[in-house]
Amino acid sequence: MTRELVRPRRKNPVLRTRLPTLPPGGRSRVALGLTAAAALGRFELQRCRDCQAVQYPPVEACSRCLSVRLRWESQSGEGLLLARTELAHSNDLFFRERLPWQLGMVRLDCGPTVVVHLHGDCAEAPTRVRVDARLDRSGQAVLFAFPATETPNMADDPQLREFTCDPRFRKVLVTDGRTPLGQAIAESLVKAGADLVWVGQAEPWKQFPGLDALRAMPQVSIVPLDLTDSASVRELAAEIGGRVDIVVNNAEVHRTHGISDRQGIETARLEMDVNYFGLLRLAQSFGPALRARAADGPLGAVAWVNLLSIYALSNFPPHGTFSASKAAALSLSQCLRAEMRPAGVRVVNLFPGPIDDEWNQTVLPPKVSPAVLARALTAALKSGVEDVFPGDVAQEWLERWRDNPKALERELAG
Amino acid sequence: MADAAGGRPRFDYQGVVAVAPVTIPYVRYSIRTAHWFLARALGQLLQVSGLGKSAIDGLCVSSFTLAPDTAIGLTQHLGVSPRWLDHIPLGGACGVVALRRAARAVQSGDADIVACLAGDTNHVDSFRLTLSNFSSFARDAVYPYGAGGPNASFAFLTANYMREYGVERADFGKLCVAQRENALRFEHALFRKPLTLDEYLDARPIADPLRLFDCVMPCAGADAFLVMSAERARSLGLPAVRILSTIERHNGFADDPIQARGGWAIDRDDLYDQAGVGPRDIDSLQVYDDYPVISLMQIEDLGFCEKGAGARFVRENSFTWNGTFPLNTSGGQLSAGQAGASGGYLGVVEAMRQLTGVAGDRQVKAARTGMVSGFGMINYDRGLASAAAILAAA
Ligand SMILES: [Zn+2]
Repeated sequence: MTRELVRPRRKNPVLRTRLPTLPPGGRSRVALGLTAAAALGRFELQRCRDCQAVQYPPVEACSRCLSVRLRWESQSGEGLLLARTELAHSNDLFFRERLPWQLGMVRLDCGPTVVVHLHGDCAEAPTRVRVDARLDRSGQAVLFAFPATETPNMADDPQLREFTCDPRFRKVLVTDGRTPLGQAIAESLVKAGADLVWVGQAEPWKQFPGLDALRAMPQVSIVPLDLTDSASVRELAAEIGGRVDIVVNNAEVHRTHGISDRQGIETARLEMDVNYFGLLRLAQSFGPALRARAADGPLGAVAWVNLLSIYALSNFPPHGTFSASKAAALSLSQCLRAEMRPAGVRVVNLFPGPIDDEWNQTVLPPKVSPAVLARALTAALKSGVEDVFPGDVAQEWLERWRDNPKALERELAG
Repeated sequence: MADAAGGRPRFDYQGVVAVAPVTIPYVRYSIRTAHWFLARALGQLLQVSGLGKSAIDGLCVSSFTLAPDTAIGLTQHLGVSPRWLDHIPLGGACGVVALRRAARAVQSGDADIVACLAGDTNHVDSFRLTLSNFSSFARDAVYPYGAGGPNASFAFLTANYMREYGVERADFGKLCVAQRENALRFEHALFRKPLTLDEYLDARPIADPLRLFDCVMPCAGADAFLVMSAERARSLGLPAVRILSTIERHNGFADDPIQARGGWAIDRDDLYDQAGVGPRDIDSLQVYDDYPVISLMQIEDLGFCEKGAGARFVRENSFTWNGTFPLNTSGGQLSAGQAGASGGYLGVVEAMRQLTGVAGDRQVKAARTGMVSGFGMINYDRGLASAAAILAAA
């Protein structure tokens, strides 16, 4: 059984920081279908639309009937572990540093035999297991087999932790603590076992509702941080940048305007200054530090979380300028992701539908509550997904957008 | 003519022989390219046979490290102008397949003399490079899983096989120890020290249940032979072996969840029928032994014992050159080394040496009929290619 994770000892600062290595990230284009699904927390395999055969490894044509009509579909992952091995030798640097390494061969109930990373709590073969897709540090999907039933401390399996960004024992920066969402995120991270949560406050001289509750948590430390001020961001990075393991950028400005209901660009500029340039300032100051510490022992820097919006995918005209700023932030986050990938630091994007806050007052329910959104964020870190669409509205938008982006554009225009 | 699995009669290999088995000595690492080893192999064939280069009108090549070149490019490197050319990227099955294809070319008159070459270099990083780009399935669905290479894949097959059929590590060990004894009498083998069963059992773990001596050592080297008409061999004064029958199968038993048998089990009746002999007539067996579990699989699937009776067969026999069941009499890849595609030729050239009586102090007594078996290409979760040939002294 997995031993409960104990707080690793403080690292001797004189010792050399290990440089990041990545597991092999090369894949054929068709295999990226597995990654596309895993980024959303789904386990999908190709299934033939003509003969229904499930395929693996990913193929260009059905290996049973040669049809090329293959579709990625969700799988339960139930299967039988046929054999397991413990690797004591690897040809790859990433795995060499992490040996021994558990692997298995599983016959999925849906048909194919798959090679998997194996959770340490899986029994000897033959035994039932549940296979799921996970993103590895290279950002590519791999298959991971879990015991068929929950075991104690399952999340602490050292091998599993190589695929997740679990906040447990880690130090997190939450960029804005003034909103109910920021406070819910801080609380959720503390509950998930974070060691230290720095919470940013743009105007340190001001009181705000919820401040006392934040201060009451011993793990929380309020720090001055104004994303519209490059000097403020640089100063904080100089102070804590070398210790942050996870950045959660939840600071945002949200006004409810389209184009013609208002003259001038002042509010739109403010939205861009926080939602887009704020991310850019933050990434320039904190990104290099995170990259450098990505391989720093079992609790190295692991993730960067952006609070985007479902409106980043397609403009919601009543909140038109806000949507545009979030679209800009989405584009920049892809750049950040590409720059963080060589170090194995995951960039997680949250795409909530309307949050139940003052700016969405006139938006009809369902709206996602700050607490639910905060839990989705923590869950995403624990499972290691890349794109999170929390709440029913976001899920429905995602499906509509994947199905037909043009139709969604028309629907949102009302 | 024998009835093939397809029901139509198969032509025999009458009048065709294989001659001049040569080996370019194996070395652990080399700064040379595959071209260097293949050129030396062809040179050695010419020297042994007394032929000029222009007499070679058929060329057949196997190599993993020849890239970006293939057989066609090699014709220019070697300065040959064949009228029949083949490139066989089948790994451990390439020797038997080269033999059967070349034999048909000679028999039909498409070529008079075919030089069959296999060779590879081994730079310090070439094994890793070969692994990471071995196949698209391997790149997508195997290499990202610990990058253990074939060790991990065969660990699964071995663990499953042991559990399924009650095989012990000591059974595999007995094969490895016997092969090492054979290797001590083969001048080109890389392993020159005897191996004890305890050393085998206690060796460093590689991928449970596999330990160090279950795994081949990648190296550089080449093996080669010539295929020509029996009359030509006679006029050249070359000791020759006849081909009694051959089989080849790819992706057999594709629906088995995990590999516990190979394509030989589909085709072996055909193999024996065409040769007109049975398993008892085989006086030495050369199997492809990238891991000992594969040796056992071949012994069973080629009908030397029942499926699942391999462990008992091992316990009841001895496998040295002078044992009750001479197996891999030059040490196999496990003790001679695995020189890339040459591993698929090692058994062919050794069978030829045994049957022509030039195996020196590892000569199997009165060797008349031998079998060579090949296995290759772990494309994803199993070896896809299987092949075998029954050869006889001319
Ligand atoms: Zn089909």
